[in-house]
Amino acid sequence: MNQEQNIEEQLWSYIDGHSSSEERSLIDKLLQSNLEWKNKYHELLEIHQLMNAAELEQPSLRFTKNVMEKIAQYSIAPATKNYINKRIIWGIAAFFITLITGFLIYGFAQIDWNAQSDSSLPVDLSQVDFSKIFNNNFVNGFMMVNVLLGLVLLDRILANKRKKYQQQG
Amino acid sequence: MSTGLGDNEIISRVLQGEQNAYAELVNRYQSYVFTLILRMVKSREDAEEIAQDVFVKAYRSLADFRGESKFSTWLYTITNTTSITFLRKKKLEVHSLDNEKVFEVADSRDSGFRANLIEQKSRVNMVNEAIAMLSPDDAEIITLFYKAEQNLEEISRILRLETNTVKVRLHRARARLKEKMEKNFSEEVKNIY
Repeated sequence: MNQEQNIEEQLWSYIDGHSSSEERSLIDKLLQSNLEWKNKYHELLEIHQLMNAAELEQPSLRFTKNVMEKIAQYSIAPATKNYINKRIIWGIAAFFITLITGFLIYGFAQIDWNAQSDSSLPVDLSQVDFSKIFNNNFVNGFMMVNVLLGLVLLDRILANKRKKYQQQG
Repeated sequence: MSTGLGDNEIISRVLQGEQNAYAELVNRYQSYVFTLILRMVKSREDAEEIAQDVFVKAYRSLADFRGESKFSTWLYTITNTTSITFLRKKKLEVHSLDNEKVFEVADSRDSGFRANLIEQKSRVNMVNEAIAMLSPDDAEIITLFYKAEQNLEEISRILRLETNTVKVRLHRARARLKEKMEKNFSEEVKNIY
């Protein structure tokens, strides 16, 4: 059975024209010398031709009219690439990466690496002064970077729009 | 009436606002899309509704067609996803190729076809009926390859599968088709071989 399947697979590839030149010459020889291969080839070739000859199904006569009536209610949506700008996506990604990195750096800065290991946590949360989190130079600097990134993004969007209007004009 | 224009030329015209030009694309591909869907959903009414939906979706997304593939390949990708969504919505089981139930469902359909065996069928009708007995997956891949004129690479794009997987699936689908023909149309098959 496996051998038969193997023969069929090779013959289908041969019929479809997907065999390599070496495989083709080997199958050519087998078709001339081996009756089993020859019979199987004719059997599959017949099915192949029948499938090619099979007729297409036809929808109702009103099909095109129905479609045209439906699309009359719609307009073509703008191309996705026009409103999903890769630069904007990268900008948003950069914003969040900066945000996460900033918080990680700040978090690690809070860790007392010299503390005794009697506590399971290296950070004593009771000693973290949360009131200072949003009131020190590091966070202020971090927020400034984010604001700058936001302005760069805005500038890009406006520049793209200007470019588009110039092209249309 | 055919305009003799290429698909891409028609698309350019439609994108420039010539909506009526789209009718040519619908005329050109309606039978391919309809056949593909019918072989998956097995109901003419549903197939017609889905086919209309496919052409409306294609029209609305036409600006996204970048011409990197043939228009037909792009259209059949929409056809494939729309049909699968429909089948899921209807809670019809989309059988995987290795699912044993494929054969059970196909076999249960066979009884209806056996009654018609007395009639002398043309060979082409026999193939169409045998394809109708296949699972949606098998019927789709055979239709894409033989009737929709898509090569293995194009089918792999439409079905989002590796080319080698498509090749294997096509082989299996043909083997099952042959099995169906031998089982249900033995007299006709004898004449063929």
